[in-house]
Amino acid sequence: MSEHRPRIGVVTFPGSLDDRDALRAVALMGGDPVSVWHADRSLGGADAIVLPGGFSYGDYLRTGAIARFAPAMESVAAFAAAGGPVLGICNGFQILCEAGLLPGALIRNRGLAFVCRWITIRVDHGSGAFVRTGELLPVPIKHGEGRFVASEDELRRLEAAGQIAFRYCSPAGEASDDFNPNGSAANIAGVWNEAGNVLGLMPHPEHAIDPDLGPTGGQPILQWLLSVARARVPA
Amino acid sequence: MTGGGGDTPASAPPLHRTLGLTDAEYEAIVSTLGRPPEPPELAMYSVMWSEHCSYKSSKVHLRTLPTEGPQVLVGPGQDAGVVDVGDGMACVFKMESHSHPSAIEPYQGAATGVGGIVRDVLSMGARPAALLDPLRFGSLDDERNRFLFGGVVAGIGGYGNCIGVPTVGGEVKFADCHSANPTVNVMCLGFVPADAVLQSRAGEPGSVLLLIGAATGRDGIGGVSVLASQTLEEDAHESRPSVQIGDPFLEKLLIEACLELKDLEILEGLKDLGGAGLTCAVSEAAAGVRLGADLDLDQVALREPGMESFEILISESQERMLAIVRPQDVDAAQAVCTKWGLTGAPVATFVEGGTLTVRRDGDVIARVPARSLADEGPEYDRPAERPDWLDALQAEDPAAASFPGSIEDAFVSVLGSPNVAGTRWAFEQYDSLVQGQTVVGPGADAAVLRIEGTLRAVAVSSDGNGRYGVLDPYAGAVHAVAEAARNVASVGATPAAITNCLNFGNPERPEVMWQFREAIRGMGDACRAFGTPVTGGNVSFYNESGGSAIYPTPVIGMLGILNDYRLLVRSGFPADGLAVYALGVTRPELGGSEYAEVVLGKVCGRPPAIDLEAEARLHRLLAASSRAHVLASAHDCSDGGIAAALTETAIAGGVGFDVVPARGIGAHLWLFSESASRAIVAPTLGSERAFEELAAAHGVPCERIGTTGGDRLRFRDLFDVSLADAIVVYESAIPRLMSAKRVAV
Repeated sequence: MSEHRPRIGVVTFPGSLDDRDALRAVALMGGDPVSVWHADRSLGGADAIVLPGGFSYGDYLRTGAIARFAPAMESVAAFAAAGGPVLGICNGFQILCEAGLLPGALIRNRGLAFVCRWITIRVDHGSGAFVRTGELLPVPIKHGEGRFVASEDELRRLEAAGQIAFRYCSPAGEASDDFNPNGSAANIAGVWNEAGNVLGLMPHPEHAIDPDLGPTGGQPILQWLLSVARARVPA
Repeated sequence: MTGGGGDTPASAPPLHRTLGLTDAEYEAIVSTLGRPPEPPELAMYSVMWSEHCSYKSSKVHLRTLPTEGPQVLVGPGQDAGVVDVGDGMACVFKMESHSHPSAIEPYQGAATGVGGIVRDVLSMGARPAALLDPLRFGSLDDERNRFLFGGVVAGIGGYGNCIGVPTVGGEVKFADCHSANPTVNVMCLGFVPADAVLQSRAGEPGSVLLLIGAATGRDGIGGVSVLASQTLEEDAHESRPSVQIGDPFLEKLLIEACLELKDLEILEGLKDLGGAGLTCAVSEAAAGVRLGADLDLDQVALREPGMESFEILISESQERMLAIVRPQDVDAAQAVCTKWGLTGAPVATFVEGGTLTVRRDGDVIARVPARSLADEGPEYDRPAERPDWLDALQAEDPAAASFPGSIEDAFVSVLGSPNVAGTRWAFEQYDSLVQGQTVVGPGADAAVLRIEGTLRAVAVSSDGNGRYGVLDPYAGAVHAVAEAARNVASVGATPAAITNCLNFGNPERPEVMWQFREAIRGMGDACRAFGTPVTGGNVSFYNESGGSAIYPTPVIGMLGILNDYRLLVRSGFPADGLAVYALGVTRPELGGSEYAEVVLGKVCGRPPAIDLEAEARLHRLLAASSRAHVLASAHDCSDGGIAAALTETAIAGGVGFDVVPARGIGAHLWLFSESASRAIVAPTLGSERAFEELAAAHGVPCERIGTTGGDRLRFRDLFDVSLADAIVVYESAIPRLMSAKRVAV
């Protein structure tokens, strides 16, 4: 039985870099990838949206601060408000935070340097059959501004509401400061919105799909996106 | 100069000398034009006839290099070399230096070096797919060297990460001779269908030249003549205005716009703007098709008012490309530029007759034969003389010195030497994954990149050895080619072709010229022996200060081809219980070795002997072993000898070993000798016999020295250390010197 191939839109902003990687990952996971141009309001009939990694607008001013004003982002906000699944990866996460679609903010890494490294994240609060609480996912990070920050109140609220999606941890699953690559508050690597249909994370699941290139900890995250997209499509 | 420098006082040197031209070169210009040049014309000649652009001291020697082979689609003389890698795909690759700018302003110097080499690859129509950065600095004990190293690494990352081209390899080396003159080389490669390579010689009369990208400013005025073609002396910081400033975001847009123009098939040709700016791009484009061009400076978007004509002509403002299009395609091309938020200004038109005419405000300000700028620069066969200090240096053989102390201490010194130790401190600052084709990234013998849509991959490595170079420049170059080829062979690839960056001192000094000539001879001999033609490269002279030059350091960028990336062989021991073999012969050769420098404190002796045929046999064995699927790991044996090679292999795989040192050679010689043409391999379980037969069939000496396994590095009857301790020594050496936080291991 062949499953329906949900249409996954990947938005390209000026300066997006991992957009082609996200399109390729979607195809490898069984989705129908479609490219969305930042200057268009149309999302190309997508059942789910990926905001990819990169340096949109050169990260000038502040990461994600300019991209959030792109015409496509108005449509993404409306799509998310209607319950549509949205995945923001790295710069895409930064854009979602700037757009107010996700809580918190991302600032310069604690070490003040860009860091590209394979790390492990632990699913703190899962969703559905694929992103399961407690699971450990090997994925790469590559960013200079990935330190998640939020007020103490906000952090408590996120914790209580189950919005902390991923935490940086040891290969054995221990979320200690020794395994916090960028100084993120409470080792937070990714968060959900309140409704649970918008997910942002600094690691790059799209670069952890193909077993020929390394570990495949990104697969469950893409599977989550595809499964939610599929569920929204009338059969 | 026209308003540029005001009237020349009688006591000042004539303008041409200020611009770096000799009196004889000035006379040649007068003779070409049949009249004295106007100041803007003189400025154009000064940059085009600079050492950096004209290769005037090197081309007589470069001509001796082998440049042809069945796989070479485009050889030297174009913006980048192109090699057919099979399945209809071609690889474009090139290396350059940005050493002088980096010595003055490390972040921008390195960043703009990345931008420049990326545009070279782009100009052949290829999507830039990977970067490698061979870097050389003075000792990290010195604060300024730490500043330079840190700034260069940050600049490479800041630019490369932002344009979405992964940095997958390179070297990090240290020697005192680089304190005043760091060597910053950068290599880029890209892929393009073999039948869609853009020709550098393109266009016809009437073709329009669109200047795409950044506005032209006053940055980088005279970069090639002031910075790259003179030695750096104490007032070098005053040259800071000659260092360009990079805008990687703009470069990313430029890459996408140019590739979109190419996909729409409205590009006749594409030229990058780098050294010597608009003058170089327009004169080379016109000369390439034996045409002239009308260049209108009023069409050039300027960053500031009041710029002089000569400044516009020679500015090295970054992030600019020149697209050659048919007149009827100008509107479509400009629409693509607009989509990417770029200007695309029609600045010039090709004309019959070969004359480059430059206008400003409607007036002709320069009228020169395009070919006289691009192709007819001076050429020198400079005097060369073997330095008299070399005999004494070569006569002292470190292998003859008695071993001074504890063998375990020597092991720790070699493993923790910044030349051998892990380079994660640098490479973690680079995105090595973007574009999603990095099968093997930094830290391995060679990086391996898949070619999308095929099973093919290329393996790339960059290698140089300055110590060998100073002790014997011929041997240094041979070793650089051999090690680069061995590195790509170690992952299972067949060496195919090279590019290079030749880093030397002042060519006007006979001993430097001799070193250069010897290095070219060595590179040529090695490339002929391995069947790896030279597809291009870059010469970086004048790397010296106060009469003290860097080690003569040819850095080789080797391209290898893997028919099926799934057959690649990784460097780390993957499991316990595998047999460990040393391939090749270990001789008492410590000349120019890491051991001699860090343990004896000496750079002396002769580099290891090398038999090019034996070396080629090893490469063939490694590639055949990959195809036969009999190896679980393979690692080149070079800097730091067998001791370093075994330890790196253990660290890469996270598995220890137990080996028995050879008899009949002193323990320290066996551990640290840098004899050529060797590798450490572990056959897959059950393939030992098959591998031994394969080695015998290829005529490669092969000796079983031990077994993998456990969490200790055991050199039987000598010493053993825990793998965890070795990792700390190896990984913490550079971070500790840079005073960084401890590294997680």
